[in-house]
Amino acid sequence: MFDDFFIRALVAGLGVAIVTGPLGCFVVWRRLSYFGDTLAHSALLGVTMAYSFQFNIALSVFIISSIIAIILIQLQKKTNLPGDALLGLLAHSSLAVGLVVVGFLTFIRFDIMGLLFGDILAVTLNDIIIIWFGGALILLILKLIWRPLFASTVNYELAEAEGLNPDRAKAIFTILMAAIIAISIKMVGLLLITGMLIIPAAMARNISDSPIKMVIFSIIGGVLSVIIGLFTSLEFNTSSGPSIIAAALFLFILSLFKIKQSVQLKN
Amino acid sequence: MNDNILVKLKNAGFRIKNKWLVQSVSFQVEKGKIVTLIGPNGSGKSTTAKIALGIFKKIEGEVEKYTNKVGYVPQKISIDWTLPLRVSDFMVLTENIKNEDIDEALSLTGVIHLKNKNLGSLSGGEFQRVLLARAISKKPELLVLDEPVQGVDFTGEIALYELIKKISDELNCGILLISHDLHTVMSATDHVVCLNGHVCCSGSPIDVARNNEYKALFGEQASKTLAIYEHKHDHTHSNDGEIKKN
Repeated sequence: MFDDFFIRALVAGLGVAIVTGPLGCFVVWRRLSYFGDTLAHSALLGVTMAYSFQFNIALSVFIISSIIAIILIQLQKKTNLPGDALLGLLAHSSLAVGLVVVGFLTFIRFDIMGLLFGDILAVTLNDIIIIWFGGALILLILKLIWRPLFASTVNYELAEAEGLNPDRAKAIFTILMAAIIAISIKMVGLLLITGMLIIPAAMARNISDSPIKMVIFSIIGGVLSVIIGLFTSLEFNTSSGPSIIAAALFLFILSLFKIKQSVQLKN
Repeated sequence: MNDNILVKLKNAGFRIKNKWLVQSVSFQVEKGKIVTLIGPNGSGKSTTAKIALGIFKKIEGEVEKYTNKVGYVPQKISIDWTLPLRVSDFMVLTENIKNEDIDEALSLTGVIHLKNKNLGSLSGGEFQRVLLARAISKKPELLVLDEPVQGVDFTGEIALYELIKKISDELNCGILLISHDLHTVMSATDHVVCLNGHVCCSGSPIDVARNNEYKALFGEQASKTLAIYEHKHDHTHSNDGEIKKN
């Protein structure tokens, strides 16, 4: 069954969507979209490292993204620069360094477009295993830290005062962000991973009135985006990442009509 | 050690860079007792509460907390209203609570009808009642209430203070209360700590009321307020409001 490249891409994509759904909700709630972008940009450096040292791509991306996250936290503590400037600094410099390293790796034929925008042809059985096992692990850990993470998202001091240890939850969540980027880079491409996190969650926000509903709708939105996006990609020979994100955008636009309705109902 | 102690501050203080928000504060909260912090604006009341709760970690002095069953009503709460959060979701924010306990707490503070409303749609007073309901529904051992009735209407205010007193008796929990309302609070308070950047005086309400530093801080009138409530039985009032000892 997994012989067909399209089936492989579909199975991998659905795995990614199920994990980005809940994680994306936290990215929206905690206003971390630029943080996600920064980690994703640094992923290119991770990929080049993997090629240079014959290393597993997902693991390499995970390590580099985690290091970038730690550097960011240290810079925030030690400099007076605002957060967005630091994010921009790290995002673009790690992307630049990654591209420079690509230039040196002349002995390898690089599919830069595939890296930036995703490539369904490149999804192997191995990738599927990494996505589903890694994804299951990410979701399990997210479930374990859900209460402190969510409580501190609503109000840090309440969580801290009532003994939930929000700082630890935040640190673990940062690692989960690096992990989701590592496992989804092949599907969506590093420029569009944050879109996969944010757009289904934003769509879900428009049609939900409780956090759990938002998580569920976000997963459904992501799954639908992957299905619609991949079929479009197959039909019109477009890159998989942009097709999936465009499908997510389409669903987001549909969800706006729901808001309009509920606003009208109130009046 | 006294088993009844829930939290104990020993010469505790907190500063941001070189500015002390509060320093050398010592008191303890015991089971079934209400300790009230009073003091003018900026005197370090909320800071002291946060030290007691362990929110501020780099403090001077010592704080010993003997319980993790804590209910907290902060003075200011900034919640991002873009979160889809109903009152019922907010009630279980830090702990799973049985549905009937949620209903009971919301009924006690008079907001059961708002259970399925979005948190962002509540008025200030309604939200304050929800905050209090959330804190008591956990059946905590220690309740920290930082101006818990701000924005609540006058009749509600009295009812909520009575509720707080009742909860202290029923759950046998210790309460650390911050309030500006000397009238309603003092009748129920066991121990008063008067702050002004440091502890300017502390003790039973009557002791504090007699203290000269307290009078300097709050004026003669406030001193009488405290005395009236503590010693209803041993004095009368003349027409001009002067206290006459029996």
